[in-house]
Amino acid sequence: MDKPEKFITDGIRLDGRKPDELRPMKIEVGVLNRADGSCYLEFGKNKVLAAVYGPREVHPRHMQKPTTAVVRFRYNMASFSVEERKRPGPDRRSVEVSKVSREAVEPMIFTEYFPKSAIDIFVEVLQADAGTRTAGINAASVALADASIPMRGLISSCAVGKVDGELVLDLMKDEDNYGEADMPVAMTPDGEITLLQMDGNLTKEELKKALEMATEGCKQIYKLQRDALIERYKKDIEEHKEEVELAEVVAESEETIIESTTDDTDEVGGLHNE
Amino acid sequence: MSEEVMNELKKDHLYSLILKNQRADGRGFEEGRDIVIKTDIIEKAEGSASVKLGDTYLVVGIKIQPGTPFPDAPDKGVIITNVELIPMASPSFETGPPGENAVELARVVDRGIRESHSIDLKQLCIVPGESVWLIFIDIHVIDDGGNLMDAACLGAIAALLDVTVPAKRYDVGEDFKLPIRDIPIAVTAVEIDGSIVIDPSTDEGRIAGAKLTVTSNIDGSISAMQKSGVGFFTPEQINYIVDVAIKRSEELREKFLEL
Repeated sequence: MDKPEKFITDGIRLDGRKPDELRPMKIEVGVLNRADGSCYLEFGKNKVLAAVYGPREVHPRHMQKPTTAVVRFRYNMASFSVEERKRPGPDRRSVEVSKVSREAVEPMIFTEYFPKSAIDIFVEVLQADAGTRTAGINAASVALADASIPMRGLISSCAVGKVDGELVLDLMKDEDNYGEADMPVAMTPDGEITLLQMDGNLTKEELKKALEMATEGCKQIYKLQRDALIERYKKDIEEHKEEVELAEVVAESEETIIESTTDDTDEVGGLHNE
Repeated sequence: MSEEVMNELKKDHLYSLILKNQRADGRGFEEGRDIVIKTDIIEKAEGSASVKLGDTYLVVGIKIQPGTPFPDAPDKGVIITNVELIPMASPSFETGPPGENAVELARVVDRGIRESHSIDLKQLCIVPGESVWLIFIDIHVIDDGGNLMDAACLGAIAALLDVTVPAKRYDVGEDFKLPIRDIPIAVTAVEIDGSIVIDPSTDEGRIAGAKLTVTSNIDGSISAMQKSGVGFFTPEQINYIVDVAIKRSEELREKFLEL
């Protein structure tokens, strides 16, 4: 397709979306048998699979860290995932995407719980249509949760770009190819940024607005990820309802105990002063 | 790449300095190290530069030759950027094919130059669809004193400004200076214990959580950004870094007027 004359007509984009609208996303949890955790995710025309193995032994051994787990992330595009066949195997782009994707999810993992072990994340792009790294990170995050890896929270990711001089959420292929800027972002549920890349041209003010749009997008994606996980484990949650409730009660009472202990200490201190 | 072991005492020292609003080399948080740029240092290369940024030293050489264009841009020249982290530069660099750090460095430098449209690639077409000029930007890190990203970007653009396209040698017209329209400058900041410092030294880079490189242009717009490192930034921190980066890039750009 050649460059379209206009990307936005009457506030509607080429694929019928509004500027701040995400493409439809479909998330399935636990789709692979052998992996410890997995996720299949569709984001517009993107189709990606994520698998998590671990914590497991580190091979090669010299990679292991004495105090934390090593997190490894392999982003790979299938040769048939794009218009013109991609030569199989890692290229410079996928090496970089793997690195930044790992750095997007790793801050959320309690790596200190698993010294000398490896947590391996594999993302396979089956079909690519702009935004594969954000789709991969969203899937990886869900797969990590599915693998019961202890985490501070989920990571959600989407891109903001600029077409026709206007900021738009979640670029599709043509907007990516002919647009003026592309900025993939990944965030924690609290809005802390773990992935940020940008190429193209943005002013300071546009960047600020773009970050706000990305935050909104990530919030919507976070909800979808959470719902998908709850859907997958609905039965388990139901089965263990009493235990879950009990655990909550225990946690609450522990908090009260801690609070009252602190009060006690003050009193003890008071006694000593006398 | 193997990680260097760092003395825990030294780490504690750096953290405690940051808490007192100080840095090991006495700089302020928004203060960069001194920069010395020299161009035309390799006669065999069509353009070259060396950059000294604090303790970091690197050499950039640019070779130019005719070649075939990409099918999707038949009338445009081609930029190929490569970074070599040679083992002499640091105990943690090893021989072998470029690792992810070298690849990331090269791609961020490349993006800054490409996305700012600094080089007028249309003027580098010899015969549309058949022959265009290929620009090979090769960055050799000689001594790793931290913040290779900023040094590599400075070196690349300085060397590009020095380039004469050897058209005569290949019998395709007269030699000409490379058409450069913008001077993209990268500024990197890191987060250490919640504080933001720019132009990190080796030690600061090693204890840093998240890093952010912002490449900005003459008109104050941004052409590339890259967050790396295992850590977080708040949107406020990012907006702050962008402000500081644009300010520092303006100061650095003045260096190029002296060349």
